Amino acid sequence: MRIVVPIKQVPETSAVRMDEATGTMIREGVEAIVNPLDLFAIEAALRLRESGGGQVTVISMGPPKAAKALREAIAMGADSGVLLSDKAFAGADTWATGLVLAEAIRQLGPFDLVICGERATDGDTGQVGPGIASFLDLPVATYVSRIVSVADGVARVHRLVEDGYEVLDVDTPAVLTVVKEVADPRLPTLRGKQRAKAADLPVWGAAQLNLPADAVGLAGSPTRVVNIFLPKVARQCEKFPAADEAGIAQAADRVVALLKERALL
Amino acid sequence: MTRPVHEGVWVLAEQAGGRVLGVSHELLARGRSLADKRRTALTAVLIGHNVAPADLAELIERGADRVLVMDSPALEHFLVEPHAACLSHLIREHCPEIVIAAATSTGRTLMPYVAVQVHTGLTADCTVLDIDPASGALLQTRPAIGGNIMATIRTSEHRPQMATVRPHSMRPADRTPGRKGEVLRVSPPEALPAGRMRRVGFIPNKETHPLAAADAVVAVGRGIKKADNIPLAQKLADALDAALGASRDVVDRGWLSYPHQIGLSGKTVTPRLYVGLGVSGSIQHLAGMQTAETIVAVNTDPDAQIFHVADVGIVGNLFDVVPVLVKKINAARSAT
Ligand SMILES: Cc1cc2nc3c(=O)[nH]c(=O)nc-3n(C[C@H](O)[C@H](O)[C@H](O)COP(=O)(O)OP(=O)(O)OC[C@H]3O[C@@H](n4cnc5c(N)ncnc54)[C@H](O)[C@@H]3O)c2cc1C
Ligand SMILES: Nc1ncnc2c1ncn2[C@@H]1O[C@H](COP(=O)(O)O)[C@@H](O)[C@H]1O
Repeated sequence: MRIVVPIKQVPETSAVRMDEATGTMIREGVEAIVNPLDLFAIEAALRLRESGGGQVTVISMGPPKAAKALREAIAMGADSGVLLSDKAFAGADTWATGLVLAEAIRQLGPFDLVICGERATDGDTGQVGPGIASFLDLPVATYVSRIVSVADGVARVHRLVEDGYEVLDVDTPAVLTVVKEVADPRLPTLRGKQRAKAADLPVWGAAQLNLPADAVGLAGSPTRVVNIFLPKVARQCEKFPAADEAGIAQAADRVVALLKERALL
Repeated sequence: MTRPVHEGVWVLAEQAGGRVLGVSHELLARGRSLADKRRTALTAVLIGHNVAPADLAELIERGADRVLVMDSPALEHFLVEPHAACLSHLIREHCPEIVIAAATSTGRTLMPYVAVQVHTGLTADCTVLDIDPASGALLQTRPAIGGNIMATIRTSEHRPQMATVRPHSMRPADRTPGRKGEVLRVSPPEALPAGRMRRVGFIPNKETHPLAAADAVVAVGRGIKKADNIPLAQKLADALDAALGASRDVVDRGWLSYPHQIGLSGKTVTPRLYVGLGVSGSIQHLAGMQTAETIVAVNTDPDAQIFHVADVGIVGNLFDVVPVLVKKINAARSAT
């Protein structure tokens, strides 16, 4: 079985600090990590290989330093990685990202599954997985919580939806996007780390993918960010100090009155 | 090459089991205001099978000028390929200017698939949609970088302009009985690509948590201190007939389960009443609840961020305040 896992390198968002004046992210000192949700995709792929044999290839579109993300995936057990890096790729929205990833997957040759994370914690769209499927004209099962089996050209999966789980049979080749329930990601092993260090990571640019420069990156992106601002929060808050019994009673009376006034009781 | 004229606002109505889902009515509210600003018609698109005619009429009563229906047994359940074939076909035939869908498991799968097929841009999870008065373009605003900033996005050249919006981020459109409009049945494209994916079963959720649809919500934050104190919040929830919600810190500590989480990485709630107990009001939490109609907060810290969005703020210890609140609310209830 051949599986391709697209992974993204993202800033450690829980550590993100914003420059209040400019509304931009302070990148200094923020570590770049493998998109945490992509670890579940890597794990799901590794388990399929362990039970059915085959190859797991990780790919990432990003700046040269995204090679680190690929090496981390190889340290976990992936067989090989390809970095998709080109100045022309910069500023890509989900459409242009999907295009580059889909072309790379095509060039890697025949495969059974593409497994993506549910979404990237920075862009936070979840659009790239279904986008890749659409570019490759393949079926896609999103929010996969369990891969029951992959056999005889059919993947049986559970898909997490609002009111339960759909059980789907999907003909391979197919694209899956997976949620956390699918598998607990393993930690890299020492041997894996050594393998990752020595791994040869080819770098493909627009030319290798036969994509014109104006089809990729910002130039190939239908959407544009036109404004960035800090979310503002504002309501007229009536504040009640409630440090003693009298204060508490007064505050509670005000709440009851307001609820009555607004027909909430 | 002359470009076709793109006109009209479309919303994707979702269905299950032959009934139109409530989230469609929220989209109509968004769609109506955009259509009015663009001085154009609002169309609801429904792709499914055997949908109750009364539900189609209701889409019109809630603001659609036209309902486009594609019906086929192959469309009964959402499967991305046949549904995308239908929506892409309709978009190519009718050239709408704007297409919006809910950011549900269906919308979040169908829309990116279709956006690639019709080669246009798509913005995920918008919280605000507006029309730029100067250019008439759709302004799509969404939280980015973990909710730390808001980004406004435009699809400048490509049409239609497509966006998904968070469910429950808007109230459903009001119903005007007798409102007139047209239900148009359109045949699906000839060869529906059905075969490559099949739905062979369904496992329903055991507990349906009413949080997302609740009219009133009591949310607990880390100020509740430990799992043993949850029953205190539950008492207030019971008095208000409210669902129990939580901040992520509470869920991460295992004091309440993930389905209770409100916020950017949890549920968006739009209740008529939100009461926060020991919730600091981080930007990520606010992203999931600040559209509540009335907000009451109890927090010991007078500078807590939650007070910026609250109507009434009680600066005090929740363990002293909540029992009094419960008593007074119960008294007011039994008096009416
Ligand atoms: C990418 C990302 C996504 C996130 N998604 C979410 C999300 O979906 N939802 C979410 O909630 N968070 C989310 N967070 C986490 C968020 O940043 C905050 O850490 C979290 O909301 C804080 O929870 P809290 O208010 O319960 O805790 P704290 O911030 O610790 O606040 C506790 C509050 O309780 C008050 N308090 C203490 N004791 C008492 C008392 N006795 N009586 C009254 N008040 C008391 C304190 O003054 C304080 O204000 C996310 C973070 C990131 C980075
Ligand atoms: N630049 C990228 N390189 C490789 N994979 C990506 C990239 N961006 C997104 N993906 C994949 O698409 C998924 C969804 O990302 P997003 O649509 O950006 O939220 C991620 O979990 C990755 O599997």
